[in-house]
Amino acid sequence: MSIRINTPSCVGCKRCVEVCPGNLIKLVDGRAYINRPKDCWGCTSCLKECKTGAIQFFLGADIGGKGSILSVNEQGDERHWIVTSPEGTTKTITVNTKESNKY
Amino acid sequence: MEKELQVEIKNTDVLIIGGGTAGCYAAYTLGITGEHKVLIVEKANIKRSGCLAAGVNAINAYITEGRVPQDYVDYCKQDAKGIVREDLLLSISENLNEVTHTLEDNGLVILKDENGKYVTRGNRNIKINGENIKPILAKMAQDSENVSVINHVNITDLLVKNNRVQGAVGFDVNESKAYVFYAGAVLVATGGAAGLYRPNNPGFSRHKMWYPPFNTGAGYAMGIKAGAEMTTLEMRFIALRCKDTIAPTGTIAQGVRAKQMNGLGEIYETKYGVATCERVYGTTEENRQGHGPCYLKTDEISPQQEDELYKAYLNMAPSQTLKWLEGGQGPAEQNVEIEGTEPYIVGGHTASGYWVDNNRATTVQGLYAAGDVAGGAPQKYVTGALAEGKLAALSIADYLKNDLSPESDDSWKNIISEYNQFLNNVNTNISIEQLEEAMQKIMDEYAGGITKGYQYNETGLNLAEEKIKGLYDVLSALEAKNTDELLQIYEIKERLDLSLSLIAHLRARKETRWHSFGENMSYPEVNKDYEAYINSVLENGQLKIIKRPLVVDDYEPLVFSFNHDGALLYAGGEL
Repeated sequence: MSIRINTPSCVGCKRCVEVCPGNLIKLVDGRAYINRPKDCWGCTSCLKECKTGAIQFFLGADIGGKGSILSVNEQGDERHWIVTSPEGTTKTITVNTKESNKY
Repeated sequence: MEKELQVEIKNTDVLIIGGGTAGCYAAYTLGITGEHKVLIVEKANIKRSGCLAAGVNAINAYITEGRVPQDYVDYCKQDAKGIVREDLLLSISENLNEVTHTLEDNGLVILKDENGKYVTRGNRNIKINGENIKPILAKMAQDSENVSVINHVNITDLLVKNNRVQGAVGFDVNESKAYVFYAGAVLVATGGAAGLYRPNNPGFSRHKMWYPPFNTGAGYAMGIKAGAEMTTLEMRFIALRCKDTIAPTGTIAQGVRAKQMNGLGEIYETKYGVATCERVYGTTEENRQGHGPCYLKTDEISPQQEDELYKAYLNMAPSQTLKWLEGGQGPAEQNVEIEGTEPYIVGGHTASGYWVDNNRATTVQGLYAAGDVAGGAPQKYVTGALAEGKLAALSIADYLKNDLSPESDDSWKNIISEYNQFLNNVNTNISIEQLEEAMQKIMDEYAGGITKGYQYNETGLNLAEEKIKGLYDVLSALEAKNTDELLQIYEIKERLDLSLSLIAHLRARKETRWHSFGENMSYPEVNKDYEAYINSVLENGQLKIIKRPLVVDDYEPLVFSFNHDGALLYAGGEL
């Protein structure tokens, strides 16, 4: 489980570099780059920081990953979590950040 | 060419090592009076560092209506089979609700019913949206004018003279720079330790673990080296988690009341007892007897409940929701497989950590500990760590009235020359990664890891000790190309230091009081002689075990005393 960074979408703002709890994201040639992808905890802090949607999250095959990616898009109080399958189909789950979990 | 880190010296009244749950709340507390200059030094960035990075699903320690703080103390004591500090637990419990309300005032969303009352989940929990709990806490800490933060600096060593803390030493993880911090008082709030044992997913997803893989026991290691007393390290914490993603199970177990079920379809929920350690043990035993795999039985929940679970997991462990969606079957169609994690050392869940008094003072004068790094008080969870942050901050403010200025000398130079040595080493065929694997393999095989069903015995522990000691020579030859690699080396070094103390503790408790957490096969029964704390302190390079009487029932809160030179006079009775 780790993240991947879509380099052309990265604007080099360093927000992800700053926030990663493992100091794993570095800026190389002005673009974010994940150093040691195996050391990612999967907290998704970087996805939430990224304003251009350049960072996506995936599960390693060793824990059941099959190539889908998870991305985040925030609009106001709503956080949209989008799962995109390798075939390109998507499913979106929207969480209202001002509402509590039910469980 | 010799590589040498630049050195910057900084002075502060209060140094907080680690800007996580406890550290941020301590800074916030010291910010209210604004009297002292406070500096948080954090190895990542306080906005999303520590246990709360991804969020948390519930407040698990809250005194719900009709209950009193002593009820919470009694629950913790029972769950830990008596080995707790009642003084610490009570002072935490008395503050749980206040810190919760303060967080709510600062923006934490808590679920309320139509009468405006918190909706509870069981007897001690309330429901929240905890995704943004860490940014809220970080802001609370930073909003005070007297609090400043240095992110991305990793502290490795405390400066201690005549048993009185003077400050600490660390390095910038991105730049070629070292820091010496002098402080009147130091709060260690670095969290607990993951990664001592081989993890559930040792391959690509090696860091998909319950506890933050970046919490590598720095606080314990610096305390052990500085001669601070540690307690109950042998009460390891093993979490029962969703298989593969190592996501929490409480949300399912308590949220939709899913029961633990074995591979034969039998519910084993209460067969082995209901204490936290017994829930793990039950699952381990069912597997050992050939009745696995084990599950949480969720296949009767409704599609609406499933949707709510998807959202709840996105707010704390997004990998689990992704796994459900990617696999094509959610929990309403397929029971959730569960497994125990590798053992962690974490004082927010068990009683492992610094031996502290009721003021959260350690046995080193001027050094305080709070949160996961502090021992004696299990089941702190988030709010308990906040409460300890508050209590430590108030004690520190009181201590600083003594006006004990730190004494500067050049003892920091040895620490920085050790950093420089790693930066100037020439690469050998042993890598940092190999050494981590070697350590985790030894601990797994000889000190009761996953592959041994969490069981260990004296012969194995002796071998573990010998083999861990053997890794130090390899470690000292490692090369750090930059301070990022230096961080990785220190993250192994501190785990080796902690492992040696842990092994000594596991060996010293000659009984099995807690299944799985401390399954000593050389002594598989409970022994009344061990209704005591097992503590340890490093003296002249040797770990000394101290057995201390329990602070329970008709207890007096423990308060340490020091003489005017800083020497420790009293830190509890001895058996």
